[in-house]
Parts: sequence; structure tokens; C-alpha cells
Amino acid sequence: MSEALVVDGVHKSFGQLEVLRGVDLAVAEHEVVCLIGASGSGKSTLLRCVNLLEPIDEGRILVEGDEITGRGVDVNRVRRRIGIVFQAYNLFPHMSVLVNVTLAPMLALRIPRAQAEAEATTLLERFGLADKRNDYPDRLSGGQQQRVAIVRALAMKPDLMLLDEVTSALDPELVAEVLEVIRELAAAGMTMLIATHEMSFARDIADRVCFLDEGVILEQGPPAQILSEPKEPRTQQFLQRIIEAGRL
Amino acid sequence: MTSAGEGRRGVTVALLSTVVFFTLLAVAITHAPGWPEVKRTFFNWNQFRDSMPEISRAFLLNVKIFMIAEAFILVLALVLAVLRSLPGPVFFPMRALGIAYADFFRGVPTILVIALLGFGAPALQLSWVPLSTTFWGIVALILVYTAYVSEVYRAGIESVHPSQDAAARSLGLTHWQSLRKVVLPQAVRRVIPPLLNDFIGLQKDTALVGFLGSVEAFKQSQIDAAATFNYTPFVAAAVLFVALTIPLARFTDWLVLRDRRRRQATGT
Repeated sequence: MSEALVVDGVHKSFGQLEVLRGVDLAVAEHEVVCLIGASGSGKSTLLRCVNLLEPIDEGRILVEGDEITGRGVDVNRVRRRIGIVFQAYNLFPHMSVLVNVTLAPMLALRIPRAQAEAEATTLLERFGLADKRNDYPDRLSGGQQQRVAIVRALAMKPDLMLLDEVTSALDPELVAEVLEVIRELAAAGMTMLIATHEMSFARDIADRVCFLDEGVILEQGPPAQILSEPKEPRTQQFLQRIIEAGRL
Repeated sequence: MTSAGEGRRGVTVALLSTVVFFTLLAVAITHAPGWPEVKRTFFNWNQFRDSMPEISRAFLLNVKIFMIAEAFILVLALVLAVLRSLPGPVFFPMRALGIAYADFFRGVPTILVIALLGFGAPALQLSWVPLSTTFWGIVALILVYTAYVSEVYRAGIESVHPSQDAAARSLGLTHWQSLRKVVLPQAVRRVIPPLLNDFIGLQKDTALVGFLGSVEAFKQSQIDAAATFNYTPFVAAAVLFVALTIPLARFTDWLVLRDRRRRQATGT
């Protein structure tokens, strides 16, 4: 298997605060990797760095062998290959669902409108959103909005999807429909790097789970091992708290 | 039925208090010692009727000044606001220029800008510089109001959450594409009411161009008043200005409402 994503010794600080302190991570093609860890451990920052929304201070990031953090890299070209979905959906409120989904393919990939709309409609149908295509985001439930956000990212036909705690802002009864979408993507072979608090979901879907602690990946391995028999005391502590909170 | 009953009672109370308030005000004014004189010089119906046609014609110039200036201001102010929003050290000169511009033209009284340009520019005696006072009056209004309106746009741009730009950029849109399709449409929608506020101000300030000698509504009413020793023409001009403002205000209300309805509408 070739590496879809390589993160090599990445450091990132915000002012005095060093959020990433040398992260090394490789994600193979078609692999699903879940990032777990406490709030502030650097999960979101890592995803934002991979998408080049945050410039890194040190290290390298490679996508399918191409370094994306070097000088003179066209960030827009890189981002077209990497889809990201945010915790707060971030749909464009002044556009209908269909326009939300077709905007980037039409502007960034220069796909003609008819083709972009046909592809968007196919994707929306696949995720049960066909009847919402002309609605504005305000009219949709959180779960529907997040599914639209996933479709919007997929419409760019990315090589890699980054999901940043996509169910954290949802009411509990809406979480399942979004996880179902992600499960389907995994089954279809999408390479994904997922930051999540849903441990049972991580156990279910991930090929590998990485525990992020204070800006480094402290421990990683198959979900069964990391979630059931973690070696590191910090991982054990974190999971203990999760179990006490009733989330595992 | 309580709420319907309460609603009807509310309307009745509002109506009653309005009538009482304005009756008292009218009584107070009409019983003032100088009222007969004021009535004769400011509210002379015959005078009003006689001067109205001429002032209305002159008012067309105000409308023209307003429309031309507004078209330029809407575009130039947006350009200025966008220049000031550009990130990074490369664009520092642009941002500095934008700030200097806004500071200067918001600081100098509009009538001074009009006087300086209206009397100064033609005095240069350059063959390609227009001599029309109206032209320079319009230029002055554009310069001043662009400074104000660019601040309004800027507030709108800054009110759009950075996550919107992040979402657009993460999809591979360029900074410019994100600005044009995602940030500005939301920013402009939000500032429509304050924008209109500035345009009402602009519409009134068209009267300042009369200072240069252009015969617009205020200048015309001044001429009429001077000829008849009666100030009713000023009241006639005021009526015209108000008559233009009200539809403008209702139009904005309608725009805001339409936008809200559209966002909450389900698709067909």
C-alpha cells in the first residue's frame, strides 16, 4: 500500500503555545485513521495543518508523495485534493444546498454547471438529501447540514478526507445518520483521517487509532488494542475518563 | 382569544396616546406668541403652491446628483473596504492608504471638501478639467461618502465569521473567489440597513452642492425666499426631501425581509 498522507515531524505554535510538538503519522491509501485525545491535544490543529489552513512551523507534510508544505506550492491545488469537514458544518448560509455543493467544482475545477449539478444531485441522492437540494441551510437539521457539508467536500473528488469532530455539535439522536455516511465512505474505500470523541465509532470504523497527547502521538495501533489494552498510562487515564463519562 | 383582545387593546392605546400627544404639541405651537408670524412666513399655502413647480424641477438635480454619486460610491467604497481587508505584509501600503483616506475624508466637513474642490479645481484652468460646479460637487460627495460607506462595508466583512472563509478556502477556492462568492455576499446583506442610512445622509447632502451655485432644490428655495421675503419655499423643499427618503427606507425594509424569507423558505 502506498502512503496517501505522511506527516513528518510537524511542529505548530500559536504564539507561546506549542500545540503540535513533532507529530509523525502515515496514512495508507484506503486506510481510516482515527485521532483521539483530550480537547486541546492538537487533533483539530493537525487536521487544519494538513489542509494548509494553518502554516506549520517545522516538519513536512506529503500527500501521495508530493510535499505540500514546501515553498511555492499552490495551496489551492493542494486543498482541492483534500476534503475537510468541520465540527460546525460551515455551510454557506446564503446559498441553497445545491449551490453549496456545486460552488467549488465550478469555480476551482472549472466543471460546467450542468455537469456539476448532475454530479451533485447524484451525491445528494446517495446520502438521502435529494429532496433538500433547493433548501437553504437554515432550514435543515444539524445532521442534514453536516451530511451536506460532507457531500460538499466529496464533490471535489478528494484523495483524502479530514473529518474534524463532525458529530460533536449534533444532538445525540442526529449523530447516527452522520456516522452512517462516514461508514459508507469507509466502505467505498475513502482514505480518511478522523478526529473524534465517539470511541465506539472509532472502534468500529478505524483501521488504526492514534492517541494524541500534548501535541504528540503517544500511542497508536489497531482500535481493539488501543481502546481496550492501552500501554501508556496517559492513554489509560484518558479512556478511563471517557468510560466514566459513559461514552465507551 | 386573550392575545387577540390584548392586541386590539394595544392598538387602541397607541392610537389614543398618539392623538393626545400631537394635539398637545399642536396646541402648544399654535398658541406661541410668534405663531401668526411664523405661520405667515413659513406655512403660506399660496406661496407653497406657487414655488413648488420650480423647486420640484430643481429637485430633479438633487436626484441626479444623488443617483450618480451613489453609483460610484457603492463601487468605490467596496473596493476601498476590500483593499483594507487584504491580509499580509505585502498589502500594507494598500491598507495604510485606505486608512489615511478614510481618516481624511471623514475628518474634513463635507461643505469644505465641496468648497475646496468646487472653487479650487476649476481655478487650475486646465483645459481638461471640467468647470461645472455640479460636477465638482458630485466628486466631493463621492470622495466623502466613499470614506463612510467603506467603513460600513468593512464592518460587514469583519462580521462574517472566519470559518466561512476557511470553509471556502478548504474547498480550493482562491482568496478572491472566497471573497466574491462567500464573504462579500453575506457582508453586503448584513449592512444594507446602515448603507441606506448613509444614503439618506447623502441624499440630504446633495443640498450642499447649491453652495457652489448649482440651482438644486435648496438653492432654488433660497432664491424664491429672497424674492418674496417668505420662507415657505424652504418647507416645500423639505417636503420633497422627505418624500424621497420614505420610499427609500421602505425599500430597504422590503429587501431585508425578502432575504430573511428566502433563507427560511423550503425549496419547491
